[in-house]
Amino acid sequence: MSKRLLNLLLPAATGVLFIAVWYAVRFSLSEDMQFLLPSPGEIIGAFRTNGADLAHAALNTAEGALLGFVGAIAISSLLALALSVSSLVRVSLYPYLMMLQMIPVIIFAPILILWVGPGLKSVVVITFLICFFPLVVNTTQGLVSTDRNIVELFRMYRATRPQEIFLLRAPAALPYFFTGLRIAATLAPIGALVGDYTAGSSAGDGGGLGFQAIIYSSQAKYPALFATAAVTCVLGFVFVAVVVGLSWLALHQWHDSYERTDN
Amino acid sequence: MPAVVKLEDIHRIYDSGEVKVHAVRGVTLELHKGEFMAVMGASGSGKSTLMNTLGCLDRPTSGRYLLDGVDIAGLDRNELADLRNEKLGFVFQGFNLLSRTTALENVELPMLYGRRRISHHDMQERAEHCLAIVGLADRADHFPSQLSGGQQQRVAIARALVNNPQVLLADEPTGNLDSKTAIEVMGVFQKLNDQGITIVMVTHELDIARYCRRNLIMRDGKVVSDVQVTDRLIADTELRRLHEAEAAAKLTA
Repeated sequence: MSKRLLNLLLPAATGVLFIAVWYAVRFSLSEDMQFLLPSPGEIIGAFRTNGADLAHAALNTAEGALLGFVGAIAISSLLALALSVSSLVRVSLYPYLMMLQMIPVIIFAPILILWVGPGLKSVVVITFLICFFPLVVNTTQGLVSTDRNIVELFRMYRATRPQEIFLLRAPAALPYFFTGLRIAATLAPIGALVGDYTAGSSAGDGGGLGFQAIIYSSQAKYPALFATAAVTCVLGFVFVAVVVGLSWLALHQWHDSYERTDN
Repeated sequence: MPAVVKLEDIHRIYDSGEVKVHAVRGVTLELHKGEFMAVMGASGSGKSTLMNTLGCLDRPTSGRYLLDGVDIAGLDRNELADLRNEKLGFVFQGFNLLSRTTALENVELPMLYGRRRISHHDMQERAEHCLAIVGLADRADHFPSQLSGGQQQRVAIARALVNNPQVLLADEPTGNLDSKTAIEVMGVFQKLNDQGITIVMVTHELDIARYCRRNLIMRDGKVVSDVQVTDRLIADTELRRLHEAEAAAKLTA
């Protein structure tokens, strides 16, 4: 059997097995306990009845995730450049960057609501905070990990400091940047969801998936809750897929992590 | 004919606090256009310090160094760097190519800096010409990772040639290569030398030094031997011999 076919069949088989076990567990539960685990069929049913709400909420969450993610990329790249220029700057700022990452969202959320109000703005800030750290750390690491020999070569040629940064350090940091980007891409939808859960607002149809989850759980609509989880997964997959695609575009021609066939 | 490189009683003392290291102790040396010299010696013999001096990367503690008639003692940092970029080409053991850029762009690199402004078109033309000299005209758009070690070193040689240097300085250019590829790279150097380019290379390997015209051996910071190579090896001949030996081995196998 060809490897390619196997690569498709094996995950499919795992999926089928998983659903089978799911049904088995579900029907082994006594009738008054079956609400704990809705069957896949019931979840699909929940999609039918709540589809419009879920789609709307998903778009809102996606918007918050995307804005926070893009903002984190922009600001973390600038900060990483500043951090890479001098080890003194690194030493002075690093503890506070760590602190930023340690701030628990649940504690920060009420403060944030006071500052910028509930809704999209808060969601964006929370997503930003969650995505920011891995991006800064990886990009900075990349910028300072340039091959010493080539840095010396550039200095020997009398390259200017901007030339050294933009022709040498920034391109060499790309693989590190994309590692950070992949981590941030998985965090962004979750960040937006948590942000929405803790600081979201339904005002002006602005509620996202986190807000929807609060509503469904308060109404004991468990199949709809499972459907919400599924939508969040899809959103996460989209984010990661886009980043993986971008990473391939930027790196496949020259970086060793991609196999090449031509020679 | 004036010497391209003239060293007069060069000393270099590294002063790191309590310990003073006298790395080069009085080297006098002339190098004329078209010479091809191998510098040999154990580690600590002062050959790297000598190369750094020749490359204008380091100033001697005492003594005089004239590069193409210019006394480097009278130059400030920037003038020295300009002289270096104008007169010298460098080849390293580890190739030092930018992995993200193609062979052609790597060769263009030294032209991006310095005083002389060159149009993009001229830059590309010169880089292509230099790649053709090292026999890689058809690999211009390849990335370093798509090239073999020998090809990567040839790209590095093309890069060293691109500013039309007087002298090519190579620091163990075959150190990372297998013996057959090393001979191929020596063939490229011999071809360049035949066209009149002066070459100085550091090497550990005696058989590699035999492809050069002149062998200089250093010990304890002094030149202990400086001879013309009498039984010089020609890379093309050696490669042909290797191919024949390989073919014969295949036949008997």
